[in-house]
Amino acid sequence: MKKPAAAAPEMPHPMEELLRMDRIPHIWCPTCGLGTVVTAFAAALETLELPLDDVAVVSGIGCTGRVAGYIKVDSFHTTHGRAIPFATGLHLTNPKLKTVVISGDGDLISIGGNHFIHAARRNVDITVICVNNFTYAMTGGQVAPTTPLGANASTMPYGNYERPFNIPYLAESSGAVYVARWSALHVRRLTTAIAEALEKPGFSVVEVISPCSTLYSRRNRLGTGLDLMKFYHDNCVIKHGAPTRELDIGFQEEITVGKFVDLERPTYVDAMNKWYAGVFGDDYEPYEGAVK
Amino acid sequence: MTADPKGVLTGEHYLDGDHAAAEGALAAGCRYFAGYPITPSTEVAERIAARFPLVGGLFVQMEDELASMAAILGGAWAGAKSMTVTSGPGFSLMMENIGLGIMMEVPTVIVNVQRGGPSTGLPTLPGQADIMQARWGSHGDYEIIAVSPSSPQEAFDHTIMAFNFSEKYRLPVFVMMDECVGHMTEKVVIPKADEIEIVPRKWYEGDVGDYLPYKADDDMIPWMVKVGDGHRFHTTGLTHDERGYPVMNAECQETCVGRLVEKIRSRVDDIVVLEEEEVEGADVVVVSYGITARVAIPAVERARADGINVGSLRLVTVWPFPENRIRQLAKKVKSFIIPEINYGQLYYELERCAGGEAKTILVPHAGGWVHDDKDIYDAIKEGAK
Repeated sequence: MKKPAAAAPEMPHPMEELLRMDRIPHIWCPTCGLGTVVTAFAAALETLELPLDDVAVVSGIGCTGRVAGYIKVDSFHTTHGRAIPFATGLHLTNPKLKTVVISGDGDLISIGGNHFIHAARRNVDITVICVNNFTYAMTGGQVAPTTPLGANASTMPYGNYERPFNIPYLAESSGAVYVARWSALHVRRLTTAIAEALEKPGFSVVEVISPCSTLYSRRNRLGTGLDLMKFYHDNCVIKHGAPTRELDIGFQEEITVGKFVDLERPTYVDAMNKWYAGVFGDDYEPYEGAVK
Repeated sequence: MTADPKGVLTGEHYLDGDHAAAEGALAAGCRYFAGYPITPSTEVAERIAARFPLVGGLFVQMEDELASMAAILGGAWAGAKSMTVTSGPGFSLMMENIGLGIMMEVPTVIVNVQRGGPSTGLPTLPGQADIMQARWGSHGDYEIIAVSPSSPQEAFDHTIMAFNFSEKYRLPVFVMMDECVGHMTEKVVIPKADEIEIVPRKWYEGDVGDYLPYKADDDMIPWMVKVGDGHRFHTTGLTHDERGYPVMNAECQETCVGRLVEKIRSRVDDIVVLEEEEVEGADVVVVSYGITARVAIPAVERARADGINVGSLRLVTVWPFPENRIRQLAKKVKSFIIPEINYGQLYYELERCAGGEAKTILVPHAGGWVHDDKDIYDAIKEGAK
């Protein structure tokens, strides 16, 4: 008879520094893409060697809204749709912080859509990670502003006939200076994109196509989370620099991923400082935060 | 502590209430403002936009009032004193995030220059019909603090008072102005910075690693930190424990919401500010606030000249309602008269606290202008019978 293996020595969780271990296990379903997004975010922070004390994460409401609760930095779980303006207040009061919004497609693009476009227009120096699972998952699989045409949702029981938003196109046309899209399968590229977005001065957006096997997939008979990952593997096409207007996502059709926008434009605070220096001359002390 | 001289425009000025409220915010140390234009409050934002660049503050005009309210909560957590300003329709839009401010216990100030409602109502004309919305407008159970200035001088003084309340009790505080006070111009005296008392935030001074964002001591007010201090804390609009972590059960709801309510309810008498005039021994007491308190003065004087024993009780703080004082007086007076530019809002609180021991007479006004003082005089005569 084979001897039982000796108990493995107690190993710390590799992401212990960045997770609130006293809140793990998380509430997300098996095969949800959110764990991957958190891992990629953690890896990006590690790559950049950012001091974690200077990072703030703000989330809205929904499955992705729960991210803020698991990441061990100063973190805020706010109201539905208002993560971006909350983060705007945080960032503008203390621009030295690295302020990151991690929230879902419904939160950021539907109820929070107005804030998304205006933060992009102002080029507020925050990073937005928008996890797109094509549905309202926390509330049970309702139609989202990202649900592909023809896909089934609990509030589109005969299939969706509303045209969805193309998030990279919306972001670019509103003024975002960095726009990328990857799926939860592309862990390495996603990590690089998040790191680039964090380093980019200005409003940066990373869209992550993420599997929801419990609701989106089940309603649409797309199989398990693994089947969705296989779908991404077979159907995601990398096209860096693709015109964002061509990035619509059809139901179970090819998904274009890559880095689409990476340009320079003065951030809100830089533009303000430059303008006021011109107006007030030496009387103006460049703004570096309202808190000394 | 006293005010930072950088923001204090010491001297005698000729200002309207909106501009005076802006100066009050500057004197109180407000350095982050997010707002959205709306009549008749816009002048507050305009003055702050003009003044902030040279005092190290940041003004941002947001895309709407939902964003403004969310942004000032973020600004406060980053460590600033923050404020927004609005009027009825914008106040309605702010309600959800006011609830978040209550739940996360964020010190911040909202100035509402009230106009006639409902809906778009009377954008350029006065009302006092948001008083109950200030109290109950966001969902769920909570207590709030609101002040109601009657003059531009008080718009300055009460805005500082509102900031001090917000820091002391860690909650959003309302300055419930009205269009008349907002747009009337009078002398405003701004004292020297070292004569302006400022309540500092209750900063946490313990070790990193030991910080619990919602652990309070006997005063029921938790210590606050600012983002970037290294505590790596979490806060949420969900019902939460001392760590700020969500806990979904009835026990935690009772502890969490119970403290939000009790931290104010147990200190009503410390918070309430009243201005009483000839109330002792009066047969009739006129209860009023905001612009209406000034409109009531000629009515009270005329009734006194008629030999009626009438006193005046002005609510400087409209919330929490001065329940104990009204109950005391109800045992002694024949009646309370309450003129309001609404169809009866604080009237119901007055009636509840009078408890049937004294008559309560409402002098309503739909809004658009102030009362005719004759209507208040007639009510006093009726109350004296």
